[in-house]
Amino acid sequence: MTYGLESVTVRLGGTTALSDVSLDIPPGQVTAVVGGDGAGKSTLLRTLVGEVVVDAGVLRIPEPTGVGYLAAGAGSWKDLTVDQNVAFVGGSYGLSREAVADRGGRLLERAGLTAARGRLAGQLSGGMRTKLGYVLAMLHQPRLLVLDEPSTGVDPVSRVELWRLISETAADGAAVVLSTTYLDEAERTASVLLLSEGRGLLAGAPDELIAGMPGVITRVGSPTRPEYAWRRGAAFHEWWPDGRPTDGDGVEADLSDVSIVAELGRRVHAGSRS
Amino acid sequence: MSAVLAAQGLTRRFGDVTAVDDVTFEVRPGEVVGLLGANGAGKTTTIRMLLGLIAPTDGTAFLLGGVPDRETRRRLGYVPQGLGLYTELTVRQNVAFSAQAYAVPPAHLEGALAPVADRLVRDLPRGLQRQLAFVAALQHGPEVLVLDEPTSGVEPLASARLWDRIRAEAERGAGVLVTTHSMEEARQCDRLLLMAQARLVGSGSERYLVAGTRAVAVVTDTWTEAFDALTRAGELVTLDGRSVRVVDRDPAVVERVLAGAGVTARVTQVPATLEERMAALSA
Repeated sequence: MTYGLESVTVRLGGTTALSDVSLDIPPGQVTAVVGGDGAGKSTLLRTLVGEVVVDAGVLRIPEPTGVGYLAAGAGSWKDLTVDQNVAFVGGSYGLSREAVADRGGRLLERAGLTAARGRLAGQLSGGMRTKLGYVLAMLHQPRLLVLDEPSTGVDPVSRVELWRLISETAADGAAVVLSTTYLDEAERTASVLLLSEGRGLLAGAPDELIAGMPGVITRVGSPTRPEYAWRRGAAFHEWWPDGRPTDGDGVEADLSDVSIVAELGRRVHAGSRS
Repeated sequence: MSAVLAAQGLTRRFGDVTAVDDVTFEVRPGEVVGLLGANGAGKTTTIRMLLGLIAPTDGTAFLLGGVPDRETRRRLGYVPQGLGLYTELTVRQNVAFSAQAYAVPPAHLEGALAPVADRLVRDLPRGLQRQLAFVAALQHGPEVLVLDEPTSGVEPLASARLWDRIRAEAERGAGVLVTTHSMEEARQCDRLLLMAQARLVGSGSERYLVAGTRAVAVVTDTWTEAFDALTRAGELVTLDGRSVRVVDRDPAVVERVLAGAGVTARVTQVPATLEERMAALSA
């Protein structure tokens, strides 16, 4: 079934962390939640794993044993070895010793961690620790896998390996949802939700979002209207909402451009011009 | 114009391990240069030698034309990934402290920082902390800037505004070196340096660096089957939307694997991404 949230609102300590947010998380594909620090990405993911209680709206989630979760920047015990981490987490899910050895062994091999089984988790590189966290979240074969910024601080080479693992999990039929601040990474997912200040700003397949962007973008040396322009290398990209630029050459928008346009559109709508 | 940062045959060994091996490059005034590489490729050790924090085993590090020392380091602005702020001090105190260290008058607090001047840094959102780190690192008008993932975790519009700030420093004449894992940050640079396994393996534009590495894109209605078949064949497979990519491989080989598994797909050769190039380099 398709997991997700419908019109979910979460208030945390007097502030609204999520406001009327909806997201479908279908099985067999990767869904991304993007946005800057404080946009509400972690709060959204934590509603799916039962760590945050919703004040309004509906959650569609499997029973707790059907969910795997990798929290931001963590996911393993530093003072235990890789093997001890696997045994400990497997035991906490009630898996038999044989099941842990079998499935854990295969997952560690796929993650390229077989040679590191005797090492302390705290001594692994950032990329290896993330992959170990991933293995632990996957041990009990969850139907919904929730990953909070799995690639933050992970170098590009480990990131390719991590994406291979994530893709395999989706190919096996699990519903995968992850948060990221890297928009180029979000572009390779099947569907994206862009959050800004706790609200859904854009949602859909990356190609559709790019094709559906209002207006056009040009590349210019110096912008005609600075409030509609942003940096791209030594030059600027400038947005023309009515589609009739007076300056510059048209460029193909990427997801980063589309997100900026959505944010600019929101601000113009709200009457603030900064 | 002479370089603000230069490495000449820079080498550093730790025991039997060579962390940086014969690396040569320079950063000139007005340039924004990106330094890329996997963890352990030698980026951090290179930076530490350029800043004079550790000595090279061989070769020379130049900071503003001389060997890095306390005097040249005063003409440098550095924003580490952890931002390097005093979280138990207020915004104003942080600016005053760093101004004193550089012997300049403290910068005037503007924009979103003005109303929070007397708040403790630890109580501020990460975005404001980052703005403050930039103010503290730039207030003495440094001739060289070293930035570690300067816009990591920043939403796209705010990130573009920070790049405005960095570009303004370059246009003023500062040379900027950015170490990063982010392909989006790499795209903001004028030129990239690519390190792998302690060596500098490439220097130039993104297009130049990926030239020679190709990827194969597999478009099919049944991507999971294509993915399974290629994974079982031992290929380096990644997912791109609903299509599947194979790095550094002859399309004919990919077609053969797919045909053998009974998967109908359209196979095309495409330029590799920078990320895929880096994966191919360390494979």
